[in-house]
Amino acid sequence: MKITRQQVENVAVLARLELSAAETETFTGQMDAILAYVDKLNELDTTGIVPTSHAVPMENAFRADEVRPSIGVENALANAPGRMEEFFRVPKVIE
Amino acid sequence: MELFDLTIHELHDRLKKKEVSAVEATRAMLARIEATDGRVNAFITVTPEEALAAAAEADQRIARGEMDILTGIPVALKDIFLTRGVRTTCASKILANFIPPYDATSWLRLKERGAVLVGKLNQDEFAMGSSSESSAFGPTRNPWNLECIPGGSSGGSAAAIAARQATATLGTDTGGSIRQPAAHCGCVGLKPTYGRVSRYGVIAYASSLDQVGPVTRDVRDAAIMLGAVAGHDPLDSTSVDRPVPDYTKSLTNDVKGLKIGLPSEYFIEGLDPDVQQAMDRAIETYRGLGAEFVDISLPHTDYAVACYYLIATAEASSNLARYDGVRFGHRVSDPTGLMDMYCRSRAEGFGSEVKRRIMLGTYALSSGYYDAYYLKAQKVRTLIMGDFLKAFETVDVILTPVTPTPAFRIGEKVGDPLQMYLSDIFTIPTNLAGTCGISVPAGLSRDGRPIGLQLVGRPFGEEEIIRAAHAFEQATTWHQQKAPL
Repeated sequence: MKITRQQVENVAVLARLELSAAETETFTGQMDAILAYVDKLNELDTTGIVPTSHAVPMENAFRADEVRPSIGVENALANAPGRMEEFFRVPKVIE
Repeated sequence: MELFDLTIHELHDRLKKKEVSAVEATRAMLARIEATDGRVNAFITVTPEEALAAAAEADQRIARGEMDILTGIPVALKDIFLTRGVRTTCASKILANFIPPYDATSWLRLKERGAVLVGKLNQDEFAMGSSSESSAFGPTRNPWNLECIPGGSSGGSAAAIAARQATATLGTDTGGSIRQPAAHCGCVGLKPTYGRVSRYGVIAYASSLDQVGPVTRDVRDAAIMLGAVAGHDPLDSTSVDRPVPDYTKSLTNDVKGLKIGLPSEYFIEGLDPDVQQAMDRAIETYRGLGAEFVDISLPHTDYAVACYYLIATAEASSNLARYDGVRFGHRVSDPTGLMDMYCRSRAEGFGSEVKRRIMLGTYALSSGYYDAYYLKAQKVRTLIMGDFLKAFETVDVILTPVTPTPAFRIGEKVGDPLQMYLSDIFTIPTNLAGTCGISVPAGLSRDGRPIGLQLVGRPFGEEEIIRAAHAFEQATTWHQQKAPL
């Protein structure tokens, strides 16, 4: 086994996903098969190979620090599932 | 020829000569969508009112003599492009009611030229899939065979072209999501080099791989669309600041002396015989046009799918963290606390393929596994890029099939994610290498399913693949075939 049910449950917490018992079961089997497949990467010796994070080599991209119009508070809040005055409203964070 | 059958350049000529108005062309397209989309399901949202208003504006522009090649052309966009004021769902329940406050740069560039948006197209949820079956709005069907998938994730973008429901469309390609559906639906699909087109306002899946490109009826239209959307955008720091050539100048119909590489790793046992035959025929066609073939090797091809499914899922797990029910998107109705709100909003909003990829990516990035999976994959990515750079020392373009088989049946691979992932085996390496590729119609299987030919070019070698694709297209009649719909 590449991954256990317990590990899948832990990953679900990290990913902020509530999984049903059936989903956990299915994902454990499927992730196990996928992880066994990706293990083939270990056939390759990658000692001394520089990892690629982006295909196009790029330094920091700077632009002028200029004040420009933004989308504004009303637009930013237009899709909010909950709002109060000019804020996003969420359940109580601190008990 | 009906108005909805025309290419961009054909419709442009008629609009210019005032033989037809933009409003008439848009009405014809909307009627065609109405008549066919019950069977195809290429659209998530159709926008008739906005389209007719934009078409009327285009007609005024034409009357004033301020016409661009795209003025009055009915286009449709994959529902991953933000469209100000028009619902954008990414085919997910979590964004089912999302109305973007701004436009994607690529769409803005089309709109400024007077293109008319007729609607938003179906896709795999969050662009994660190869069949467009994971959409929360139901699967799209292949106009050539309604029992088959149209490919994915830009399945709606290709199906709408094949069903003649839009003159041109935009899709996105992270592991083949433009080229593979274009091949399955008998259209032209172009994935530009990473950085060639702005990703601003395109809902992110895997940010180091995602790229915007056109799906069209012919290569000329792909060149027109690419020219319209390409170029640096200060709002996307990964878009590259280099001049955009006039891609239509590459439509020279001349491939004499062009060196085409044939990678042995792509012509494998298990390739569908009809696909193999189409490739053999294509090679003969190019020989007849004076191109030269060189046998090459891309030795790390076999590792690309494994590499991709670690990098793409890792990036996806990070990108999709934003869907937390706070600022936009679905929120569970009765949260007991913040953590409960996150976990259940995401559980209710995401479909199973999206959850699977978030889980895989979170695992690959988690403490203790990062080096073994994510970092290892990034190193293998370097080797895959190296394969291409070495090959391009001796050849100008690389010819391969787009897919190992023609379109499979709806439901055939849903239960087996790994088999689904392997259907992208010939398109994924291009994304990892960051280079460009185009899919061109190259035949039909014995039972009438389209087959696509892929030409892969150097980084920023779009002119060469357009030239090569156009010469092939002009020497064959596959692009003139129409889906029986």
